[in-house]
Amino acid sequence: MIFGLSIVFLLTAILTVAGAVAAALLKNLVHCALSLTVTFAGLALLYLQLDAQFAGFSQILVYIGAVAILVVFAILLTRGAGVPEYRGYSTSWLLGLVIAAGVFALLGWAVVKSLPAASPASAAPAITVQSIGAALMSSYVLPLEIVAVLLTVALIGAVIVAMPESRKHDVEQGGAK
Amino acid sequence: MTPLTAFLMVAALVFAIGLAISLTRRNAILVLIGIELMLNAANLNLIAFWRFGSHASGHGDGLTGMMFAIFSIAVAAAEAAVGLGLVIAYHRHSKTTDLDAMTRMKG
Amino acid sequence: MSAGVQSLMLAQEITPVAPAWIISNLWLIPAIPMLAAGLIALLKQPQRKIAAGLAIGALGLSLLLAIAAFAHVLSAWSHGAATREVVNFNWFDLGSTHLQMGWVLDPLAATMLVMVTFVGSLIFIYSTGYMAHDENFTRFFCFLSLFAGAMLGVLIANSLLLLFMCWEIVGLTSYLLIGFWYHKPSAAAAAKKAFLTTRIGDIFFLLGIVWLFAQTGTLLFYDHGAGSMESSALAVLLSQPAALGLTAAGAIGLLIFAGAAGKSGQLPLHVWLPDAMEGPTPVSALIHAATMVAAGVYLVARVYPLMSAGAAPGGSTVSLTVIAWVGALTALFGALVAVAQNDIKRILAYSTVSQLGYMMVGLAVGGVAVGMFHLITHAFFKALLFLGAGSVIHGCHEEQDIRRMGGLRSTMPATFLTYSVGMLALSGFPIFFSGFWSKDAIIGAAHSWPVSEGPFVLLLIGALLTAFYMARQVSYVFLGTWRGHGHAHESPAVMTVPLSILAIFAIGLGVLGTPAWPWFTSFIESKALSIDMQAFGEPGLLPLMSFAILLVFIGLGAGWWLYARIPLKLPAGAPAHHHREEHGDEPRHLSGDMTDVLEDFAPTPWKWLANRLYFDELYAATVLRWYAALAWLSDWLDRRVWGGIVAAVALGFRGLGRFNKSMDSQWIDGTFDKGCEELVTGGGMLAWLQAGRAPGYLRALGLGVLVLAGLALVIGAATGQVRL
Repeated sequence: MIFGLSIVFLLTAILTVAGAVAAALLKNLVHCALSLTVTFAGLALLYLQLDAQFAGFSQILVYIGAVAILVVFAILLTRGAGVPEYRGYSTSWLLGLVIAAGVFALLGWAVVKSLPAASPASAAPAITVQSIGAALMSSYVLPLEIVAVLLTVALIGAVIVAMPESRKHDVEQGGAK
Repeated sequence: MTPLTAFLMVAALVFAIGLAISLTRRNAILVLIGIELMLNAANLNLIAFWRFGSHASGHGDGLTGMMFAIFSIAVAAAEAAVGLGLVIAYHRHSKTTDLDAMTRMKG
Repeated sequence: MSAGVQSLMLAQEITPVAPAWIISNLWLIPAIPMLAAGLIALLKQPQRKIAAGLAIGALGLSLLLAIAAFAHVLSAWSHGAATREVVNFNWFDLGSTHLQMGWVLDPLAATMLVMVTFVGSLIFIYSTGYMAHDENFTRFFCFLSLFAGAMLGVLIANSLLLLFMCWEIVGLTSYLLIGFWYHKPSAAAAAKKAFLTTRIGDIFFLLGIVWLFAQTGTLLFYDHGAGSMESSALAVLLSQPAALGLTAAGAIGLLIFAGAAGKSGQLPLHVWLPDAMEGPTPVSALIHAATMVAAGVYLVARVYPLMSAGAAPGGSTVSLTVIAWVGALTALFGALVAVAQNDIKRILAYSTVSQLGYMMVGLAVGGVAVGMFHLITHAFFKALLFLGAGSVIHGCHEEQDIRRMGGLRSTMPATFLTYSVGMLALSGFPIFFSGFWSKDAIIGAAHSWPVSEGPFVLLLIGALLTAFYMARQVSYVFLGTWRGHGHAHESPAVMTVPLSILAIFAIGLGVLGTPAWPWFTSFIESKALSIDMQAFGEPGLLPLMSFAILLVFIGLGAGWWLYARIPLKLPAGAPAHHHREEHGDEPRHLSGDMTDVLEDFAPTPWKWLANRLYFDELYAATVLRWYAALAWLSDWLDRRVWGGIVAAVALGFRGLGRFNKSMDSQWIDGTFDKGCEELVTGGGMLAWLQAGRAPGYLRALGLGVLVLAGLALVIGAATGQVRL
């Protein structure tokens, strides 16, 4: 136990952060997507450490299994002319960095400065998938339905947005740029 | 340092890194990646507080934090889909994903 | 009165003519001629017969109604009943006070009604002959009819207001008729002069009316005890002091007399009467002899209770004293000036002025009956004289200068005969002629007036002069040889018959006013009547009468001696014609023209008299000058001062308008334009922010979050909400 924290936690934390930093620094986009996946995995491990098994597994399923794949697909589909990334960092990247650092500073200060909310060793809530299902159907039925609608809309919207336009449209829009 | 504080710090760090990615990288897809990282950091925050917070609230049987996080995952997935679809559409038009070159909305 | 008095019922059995009907419909008497006037106004000029028929018919109808009214009053008098009946009605309301009007029928009104309608009818008939050659025949009868209606309205009015309204209409028609031949400048000027001069009197009259109304609250003469001529109102007026030691009654009386003086041509407002001869002769006869000028005398008779209120025993009131003196002076003045006139109508005009003075004196010293009797007799013989003069003028082909007449006794016998009757009546030839009795009554009353013998003396001198100038006129016109141009001819019957009728009355009316049988006095005063030959035996009566007769004969004799004894001749080389149009107004002396005997005898006094004692010149030099100066001043004020102010204001507004415009275009528009430009520039500047660069937006977002979160934390920590 280093600093009162378990080794497992530390290792997982380092993994997560490393993956995030790698995603920030790597030039190759596919490498970025893969390091993102690593970060997702690290986060899932963290969830498991927090006794949120369902959240952890759904994190793996959704994020790693869907979102990361989606990102890779998008990267591959948007390769075209000019594949080698030019500089990779936008102009005035320092400002962005400063802002991010400022946000971290603020958040960290808030976290460190606030009193401990509860004792560290509180009992882990007994959650079963059944209870989650029951809660979804009773207390959270409305959010459930809304999210269902949202997902449907997003699905349809994504398809429409990404759909190749008809030839006529293409010709009109062709010389616009 | 309590475990809660540690988790929160990790979440803050991940959040800041995600923000940095969004603000400094040039590729549109990388910006979306950064956004995903931020969302995940928020999820971690939620789970952490769920684990270490009080469960005394009668509403939701003490599942509030978890449910919040689950719903957040779902919404983030949807948002990622739509956003990537937009990038793909834009790429089809102008053959680029360079955010700095996307200035058609210039006033 | 001694034994032998017995109430005498009138011999004639007059059955009252539906008494209530005539009283309640008395208003018809003035209304019918006015209606006729309105109808005639709608006719065209060539429709002469209809016009004349309407006018004469209307006045004839009024005559019948007047006779009915007269009969009604007669029967009331003979039965000893009340002879005054009034009908009053509310005219309009002023808040709580009611303005009332009405008409009255008493002996005074009844007599005047019959006289006016009768003489008027005769003159209307005469006019159809006189104005036959005039192209404005229809218009003439329209005005005549209107005049008749208005005059009758004055007579029956029971309200000072109604009287004043009809008074003004009478003045208007007088103006219209005097200026009938308006294309003649002298006629138009004479009409204007008449109107303005009577207007001056009317102003004072109106003041009197208003004062009376303010003091007594009523303008009715008689109102069953509440009228202004009745005792309660008179008591109020007597108790109110006015200026100069007068009571309100005296002051109001003087003011009303001023109005009467204007209308009746008393000194000094007489100047319009002679000039009024510019009108056609029937007009002169009707208006300026018999009726309109009598309206002033009638007014004084109507308000006599007011004038005589508060008389000290053995004395008189201030108003009556003033009236007596003014009347006496007027009488003398008229007679003096008449002596030196050469226009046949002018002589008669000044004679009218003089006789009106007599009437006023009669009212003042002798009472209503004395003055009114002379008015009635004068109406007849003066109308007769004027119509006769008209006949003469007509017969001498519009010649009006008596120096160009003469010897008409043989060529115009009917006219001569009737004219002589009138002349003798006017002069006061004894016994047979009405003028003698009426004038003598006045002289007798003046003699016994307790206040002063002055008017008496003046009247005596006037009587002498009256006889003299009438004798002079008749000598010039009818006696001697013809000095005129062409041939004279008699007038048609339509003109001579009215003359004859009037002559009969000029003789016969005298019967009504003798001291032995004072029918008229008793009638007017509604007293019992009796024949009393002993009245002639009253002390002083016969000597006075004899003295007056002597004066008349002296006057007539002097006139005959100077003018009729030796036939008057024109000097050789004198111009044959003396058309007034050519040579303008009298009495310019034409070189080589015949001069009067008296003129040769005393040229300067003659000139003064011939020039009417220079009254007109005096007025022109004073009043008219001041008035012209005032008019000029007003005009200057109006054009320069008020006009200048208006122009300055207008200029100011124009300048303000210009200023506004410059302000608007320069400042407001400029400001607005500048503002819009700035807006566009600012918009451009803001648009610059929209770089279209997503990273920029994101950074801004991040920065915003940072700032806000920091703020929230700091403030929260400060307020203690966040425990750090």
